[in-house]
Amino acid sequence: MKNLSLRAKAGILSVLLFALILAVWQFATLQKSSVTTAQYTPEQIEYMKLMGKDPGKQSEKSGFPTPVQMGSAAFKHLSDPFFDNGPNDKGIGLQLAYSLGRVGIGYLLAALVAIPFGFLIGMSPLIYKALDPFIQVLKPISPLAWMPIALYTIKDSTISGIFVIFICSVWPMLINTAFGVASVRRDWLNVARTLEVPPLRRAFEVILPAAAPTILTGMRISMGIAWLVIVAAEMLVGGTGIGYFVWNEWNNLSLPNVIFAILVIGLTGMALDAIFGRLQKAVTYVE
Amino acid sequence: MLNKAIPEDAFLRVENLGKTYPGSEEAVFENVNFGIERGQFVCIIGHSGCGKTTILNALAGLETASAGHVIMAGREVVGPSLERGVVFQGHALMPWLSVRKNIAFAVRSKWPDWSKAQVDAHVEKYVAMVGLSHAIDKKPSALSGGMKQRVGIARAFAIEPKMLLLDEPFGALDALTRGTIQDELLRICRETQQTVFMITHDVDEAILLADRILLMSNGPRARVAEIVVNTLPASRTRSGMHHDPQFYRIRNHLVDFLVQRAAKLSHGQAPSSPHFVYPGLESAETDSPPHLVKQKESA
Repeated sequence: MKNLSLRAKAGILSVLLFALILAVWQFATLQKSSVTTAQYTPEQIEYMKLMGKDPGKQSEKSGFPTPVQMGSAAFKHLSDPFFDNGPNDKGIGLQLAYSLGRVGIGYLLAALVAIPFGFLIGMSPLIYKALDPFIQVLKPISPLAWMPIALYTIKDSTISGIFVIFICSVWPMLINTAFGVASVRRDWLNVARTLEVPPLRRAFEVILPAAAPTILTGMRISMGIAWLVIVAAEMLVGGTGIGYFVWNEWNNLSLPNVIFAILVIGLTGMALDAIFGRLQKAVTYVE
Repeated sequence: MLNKAIPEDAFLRVENLGKTYPGSEEAVFENVNFGIERGQFVCIIGHSGCGKTTILNALAGLETASAGHVIMAGREVVGPSLERGVVFQGHALMPWLSVRKNIAFAVRSKWPDWSKAQVDAHVEKYVAMVGLSHAIDKKPSALSGGMKQRVGIARAFAIEPKMLLLDEPFGALDALTRGTIQDELLRICRETQQTVFMITHDVDEAILLADRILLMSNGPRARVAEIVVNTLPASRTRSGMHHDPQFYRIRNHLVDFLVQRAAKLSHGQAPSSPHFVYPGLESAETDSPPHLVKQKESA
């Protein structure tokens, strides 16, 4: 045990924790609560049966799925993730693809707006100061608060979803880009000045690489928020997507499906974050 | 106005330069006058806060002075230019680029039409000049402080500027490293006949490297109070120069100035047109530029 690396030890601990969680879960969901009928008079039991709350029957079936039930639900979904049986019956892969598509489009549009604008704001202290109050007011608004306005003006639920992703991704990217550009070290700019580097080349070869780590941090935060928001937005908007799937399965009272979808959301978010972590590492420099 | 501190054929002329920062009543420095001849190595020494870096930035065109002019090769300096290479105090290498690419960035700025092979060859030549060929593809973070500063020097030389400006380039280095790089700089400057203006705090460094040493009085209203002519032979070396009795005469003069006289000459009490000083020699003070003195001596 002593010569194992920290990483290996952490891995072993994670597996043990996972096993423990499964065991607790299994135990908690299997245990039948021994509700005795002795505490009720026969009249009360009769009354309860009439109301649909049979004290004898109710305890037998817990609404929460056991890990085994979860496993079979997961297997069912994963064995055929892309089926499409009409509006309310699509495979989890398909739903995930809808959500990722919306996030992708909204996020890309946000990056296209935020990064060039952030550059301009960061380059000009005047614009930075002038726009600061607007950004500070708009930034803390929950993206879902825009939903009514989006639905009213755009009138299309899919595009409204994309708009909400756009509006929530734009601020961290904008602020980080502006900050990164504004705090490029003076020395590097002076080097570019003494070398008479033209503005466009200076922007791409000096300021962009210097600010890239900060910009990427903003992009990573934005992606995290976008993935949080899409689930809620799709619950509101409905139709397709992983968020809608969760809501639909809740209406069906199918908790295994809900839990499975939650896991999928978590894993996808982790994967997205890992991609941005890699990108961030690629542009980070050591001074 | 004929200014006796500025030789008529000076390559660089600094005339009545002054800087007052907004909101302050007194100038940091004012009436700064000196000239630099082609191929000369000039050091400027003074206490912190007398505006040395501001003067250097004004020479580079990075900062504008509030009074006076800088004229290089007959043209007024109005902004940064590829004709003046700058070595910054903190080396200012771009950490995301390798040594090769850092220098290539400068080379491509000077000669945008060059092919990749031409740029590469030029870069390699200057990296070899500072003895870093083995580290050419390393990132600055993998280099020691001294190596980084050598890359900074190579970058400044690589654009073959008419004038080189060094802002206390060795300030952050340990004494041993500093010595080696001083030797290297001295050798390169002698080989290339580079005109250099350098800020330093190190008296010995100034005596080793410089042909002329500008002594600045303290601020506010600092001035170039004296121009010390280095009378040690041009072949001086770091290891041998302290055996020359003349070395101590110059050194004592510089240290005396910094310790005793610099503070007394603040608030504009230094002459606006500095004298040439030959410490330890009979013509200890003269109003004439050194080449006139030489003529007198030979006459």
